[in-house]
Amino acid sequence: MKNFFLASYLAIKEVIRNRGRFLLVALVIALITLLVLFIAALGEGLANGNRQYVANLDAQLIVFLEKSDFSISSSRLETNTVKSVRRVDGVADAGAIYTSSTEIVSLPEPLKVSMLGAEPGRPGMPPVIAGREFRGGEAREAVMDRNVALRTDIEIGDVIQIRSTQGTEDEFFDLEVVGLVEGQSYFFQPTIFVPPATWEIIRPQSQSELTSDTPYPNIIAVKLADPLQTETMSARLVDEISNIEVANIETTINNIPGYSAQQGTVQTQGFFTLLIGILVIGGFFQIQILQKVPQIGVLKAIGSSNGVVGLSAVIQIIVVTMIGVGIGGGLTYLFSLGFPPTIPLVFNGSRSLIAVILLLVIGPLGGMVSIIYAVRIEPLKALRLG
Amino acid sequence: MSNIALEVRDLVKSFSLDGATINAVDQVSFQVRSGEFVALVGPSGSGKTTMLSILAALLTPTSGQVLIDGQDLARMNEKQRVKLRREKIGFTFQSNNLIPFLSARENVEFMLRLNGRLDHASRIRSDELLARLGLSDRLHNLPAQMSGGQQQRVAIARALIHNPAVVLADEPTASLDTERANQVVETFANLIHENGRAGIIVTHDLRMCQYVDRVLQMQDGKLVRTYENKKEIRELARGSIH
Ligand SMILES: Nc1ncnc2c1ncn2[C@@H]1O[C@H](COP(=O)(O)OP(=O)(O)OP(=O)(O)O)[C@@H](O)[C@H]1O
Ligand SMILES: [Mg+2]
Repeated sequence: MKNFFLASYLAIKEVIRNRGRFLLVALVIALITLLVLFIAALGEGLANGNRQYVANLDAQLIVFLEKSDFSISSSRLETNTVKSVRRVDGVADAGAIYTSSTEIVSLPEPLKVSMLGAEPGRPGMPPVIAGREFRGGEAREAVMDRNVALRTDIEIGDVIQIRSTQGTEDEFFDLEVVGLVEGQSYFFQPTIFVPPATWEIIRPQSQSELTSDTPYPNIIAVKLADPLQTETMSARLVDEISNIEVANIETTINNIPGYSAQQGTVQTQGFFTLLIGILVIGGFFQIQILQKVPQIGVLKAIGSSNGVVGLSAVIQIIVVTMIGVGIGGGLTYLFSLGFPPTIPLVFNGSRSLIAVILLLVIGPLGGMVSIIYAVRIEPLKALRLG
Repeated sequence: MSNIALEVRDLVKSFSLDGATINAVDQVSFQVRSGEFVALVGPSGSGKTTMLSILAALLTPTSGQVLIDGQDLARMNEKQRVKLRREKIGFTFQSNNLIPFLSARENVEFMLRLNGRLDHASRIRSDELLARLGLSDRLHNLPAQMSGGQQQRVAIARALIHNPAVVLADEPTASLDTERANQVVETFANLIHENGRAGIIVTHDLRMCQYVDRVLQMQDGKLVRTYENKKEIRELARGSIH
């Protein structure tokens, strides 16, 4: 305890008396923090943009067409598969999901959206937070992600126009917005939901698809009676229904095109930023310790133990790192206030926390060599240098 | 009769450089009593700093014994030696004496802090000591804001403040003018005598010997002559003996 007080005294006095120099390092750490937190937020934002809809599904399993490699876009299921799935023992409910991409053109600036077909009240259709659900059948009604509403000033009751390429020609369809859902971005686009029959008519389709009027769902979201029985139920579904494969939500997310690659890229960026942080901090403290050899020699010569000298170096590094991370966190917060909602930055608590903890660890990690060096300094040799 | 604070018996320290061995300290024996102030003189390279480093438990001798307050340094482990340095020894070095980020007062008080003895009374003592060394108006200066001589005086205060048994000073007057040097060594001598410490001062400047009780002269690592007689010492200091 006495050692701790002595070491803190030395560490903090030195930081205060050389505040310019230490502030500079703290600022470098702050910039690294800013970068790491933004990368984490970007990672979260991108991830959300891609997976939000799937992650928020009120379902535990997803049914795909066999050999579709769990790719939502390449999976096309038979229309009656959803009925077979509902009949399987242990399935609480199942809902077909139809995906496509389109563009809202009744805006000053056309907006790309994911247009999803889903059945009201079934898994796949998120809860409506404002307005009402669309009617079934071929109703020209849509429920919209609130994100779209925020970006475009579209309100409940407005009629939007979408463009859809049918064969070789562009066609335009009007849809009345009847309700809003929240946090339902998919494939990095905000979503609008329409009834399956409407979806089949207005979705972009090739010449050959135009001849058919039956909507083929891409996937089926399956809600289980016992949410924990994913393994057993998966096996049972594959066993009882032909031509399908089944994945849990996590696998489905990881197989969203680009999702894993994107997250991998973001994580690599974060990793290298932390690595650079370690090197910068390590370099600074190493150079500093070389300059401090005589003073450490004096400290030891007059009777400071290696424990005090080492601990003081550790405390100093932790203090400087904490100041840097603190400033960086503050800067990140200030910057985040000024960012437009179109940039996919999401400051998720756990991701930011992991980043902050890693940042606090890289200081001592980077300074490790210098701490060992400080402890090994022999007082007499150090004094002879002067 | 005052006790023996420091005793050196047949001390040898040899360094081997490129195969050749030199005895930086060669078969030296002497004693210093509490309250006695001794000068260690000799040409450059005669082994004075090496001698002092061994006495301060910073360097292990090749052979021979050092006893401080009756304790044999050779029988201590490194931890005990660190404790001895902080409790029983006061040391000023030839250069780089002070902790650069502590003020004059903080440098002196740090010695008390190290020993867990910093309190109101000892703070006052520390300021008084600095005042006696002519540093009352420099208490808050950092080492970089003081002259070499002022730094040496702070180091002397630090070497004395914790009431060590032995005070070792390596050329404390090297960067002082004669007048200042005289003042500092005289104050140093008074403090040693008043407080009953055993003091050893290394100096090139024979004039400083006028304040000491005994002069040990070294050459090539050997103790070649001891001046104990007051008259002899005075003559040595005046420059009439070589
Ligand atoms: N670590 C070492 N390795 C090898 N030789 C050394 C070492 N330290 C000291 N010496 C040698 O020991 C001898 C005595 O050196 P020391 O520093 O004790 O002399 P000194 O009397 O203090 O000289 P000065 O008056 O110049 O300070 C010198 O010849 C020196 O070169
Ligand atoms: Mg010397």
